Amino acid sequence: MKEFDYILRWVPHGARVLDLGCGDGTLLTLLRERKQVSGYGLEIDVDCIATCLTKGVNVIEQNFDEGLANFASQSFDLTLLTSTLQAARRPDQLLMEMLRIGKNAIVTFPNFGHWRHRLFLAWHGRMPAFSAPPYPWYETPNIHLCTIKDFETLCQTNKIHIQNKVIANDGLVPSFWPNLFGTAGMFLLGRPR
Amino acid sequence: MNSASADVRSVGLVRPEKLVVDEPFRLASGTTLPRYELVYETYGELNADASNAILVCHALSGNHHAAGYHAAQDEQPGWWDALIGPGKAIDTDRFFVVASNNLGGCDGSSGPLSVNPQTGSPYGGDFPVMTVKDWVTSQGKLADVLGIKRWAAVVGGSLGAMQALQWAISFPDRLQAAVLIAGAASLSAQNIAFNEVARQAILKDPTYRRQGEEVARNGVMVARMIGHITYLSEDAMLAKFDRQLINKDLSYQFDRDFQVENYLHHQGEKFAKRFNPHTYLLMTKALDYFDPAAEAGGDFKQALTPAQCSFLIISFTTDWRFPSAGSRRMVQALVDAAKDVSYVEVATASGHDSFLFPVPRYVETVRFFLNELPLN
Repeated sequence: MKEFDYILRWVPHGARVLDLGCGDGTLLTLLRERKQVSGYGLEIDVDCIATCLTKGVNVIEQNFDEGLANFASQSFDLTLLTSTLQAARRPDQLLMEMLRIGKNAIVTFPNFGHWRHRLFLAWHGRMPAFSAPPYPWYETPNIHLCTIKDFETLCQTNKIHIQNKVIANDGLVPSFWPNLFGTAGMFLLGRPR
Repeated sequence: MNSASADVRSVGLVRPEKLVVDEPFRLASGTTLPRYELVYETYGELNADASNAILVCHALSGNHHAAGYHAAQDEQPGWWDALIGPGKAIDTDRFFVVASNNLGGCDGSSGPLSVNPQTGSPYGGDFPVMTVKDWVTSQGKLADVLGIKRWAAVVGGSLGAMQALQWAISFPDRLQAAVLIAGAASLSAQNIAFNEVARQAILKDPTYRRQGEEVARNGVMVARMIGHITYLSEDAMLAKFDRQLINKDLSYQFDRDFQVENYLHHQGEKFAKRFNPHTYLLMTKALDYFDPAAEAGGDFKQALTPAQCSFLIISFTTDWRFPSAGSRRMVQALVDAAKDVSYVEVATASGHDSFLFPVPRYVETVRFFLNELPLN
C-alpha cells in the first residue's frame, strides 16, 4: 500500500480538511473523489498552485510555516501534513497548531532512524542526503529530521494522543524494530489530553 | 503598437449595444430612476444552453469597451484586451463574454450626461448616487434579456471585483464562479480618504456646477493625478522616472521640474478630456459605500452565507490601494463560511494597476481557473 492509501483509511467520509503544503493537489483530489471531503490546501510553490487550479482544487497561497493564526480553532475535522514535518521551522509548535485548528491531524514524515541512514552516517561519517533531489546538509529544506522514536517522544511530551500509526518499511524485513527498519512514519493524532 | 488589423489574438471589431429598460428602478438610496439605458459589448458566441457566459465588470474609470476595437484605425483596444480574446485567459473561443457598463457612467449608459425627464436637460450632478448593488441589479436585468439564467463566472478587478462579490451575495444561484481581482470587501479609512481628496478636487474647482458638462475639468485632472499615484507602486515610479528632470536645470519657479510631474499632468489631462466630473464623484461614492458586512450586522462571514459559487481571489504584492491583506481577509471569511475559494498573490511591480496588464502568472491563474469550470 502506498502512503496515501493508509491516510485514506483514517479520513472520515465528508470530512472538512486543511492540507498544509498540498503540493500539486494529488492527495486532496484523491480525498475528494474517494471520501467526498471538502477543504483547502495551503501551498507557496507557484507551479503547484497552478496545477491545483487546473484540477479544481481549492488552493490558498499561504506559507503555513509563517503561522496559521488566521484559521479558527476547531474549524476543521482534519489537518494534514504529508512528508513536510521535517521542513518546518518549529515542528512542535506546528503540531500544536494543527490540533488547535483540526479535531484530528495526520502527519507523515521520513524516518531518519532507518538503518540505511544510520549506516551511512556510521560508515562515511557524513550526513545522509536521502531526499530527492539529494540536498547537501547546508542547503537542505529538511532542517528538522527526526526518527520515529523522536516523534513519539515529542507527542508524549506535549500530551498529543497517538490514535493510530503505521510504519512503512521497504518490504525487505518484517515490521519489528520500526525505528530501525521503518522508512516513514504515518500518525493519526488527537488533541492534547 | 497594436492596431485592429494587426492584432490576431483580438476579438476584432466590436460594436456597443444598448439595453433599454422602460420601467422604474428603485435604487438603494431610495431614489427611483424612471427608466434607464445600459450599454454593453459581447464577444464570442453564447452556446445552446446559455451556460458559457461570463460577465465582466469594470472599475472606476473603465466602461463596456473591454476588448477589441471600435474602428480599424483605433490604436488602443478595449481596457481588458490583455485578458479577453480568442485563446486568451478569458477565452472567447469558449466563452460568451458580456462587458457591461455601469449606470452613472459617461459612455452611453444612463448617467449625468442623460436627459432628466423631469427637467428636459441633462442630469449632471442630479443623477442619483449609485451603489454596487444597484449596478448588479441592472446587470441582472441585462442577463435576463440576453437569456442567461446563470453566468459561468462574474469577473472583475478593483471596483469590478466588488460587483462580482455582490453578485455572489445578491444572486447566489445565478453564477457558478466569481473572480475577484485586486478587490476588497470594503474600503479602508485610508482608501476612503484618497477618494475624498479626489472629490474635493472636483467640488472645490471654481468652475464646478451641478449642471453642465464642461465643468471642473481641472478638478477631474487633479482627482486623476492623486488616483494615479495610488494605482502605481513606489518601485514602479522609481524605475520609470527616478528624479529625472524635464530640463537641464531646476527652474526655481513653481513650474514642473521632474519627469514624474509631466507624466501626471499628461495622465490627468488625457483623463479630464474623456471623463465626466459627476461620474467621478458618484463612482467614488459607490466604492466608499460598498460594505456587504455592514448589512449583516458587521459580520462578513454572515454576509457570505447565501453565496453558492466558487471564488478565485487574486491580489498583487505591490498593490497598496487594495492591498493583499484585504484579499486575505476575504479569503479567510470564505474559508470560515465553508465556501470554495482559491487565492493567489501575484508578484508584480505595477501596483493596483497590475490587474490591467498581461502579467504571465496572473493571466495563467485566471485561465486555469476558468477553463476548469464545468459548463452546465
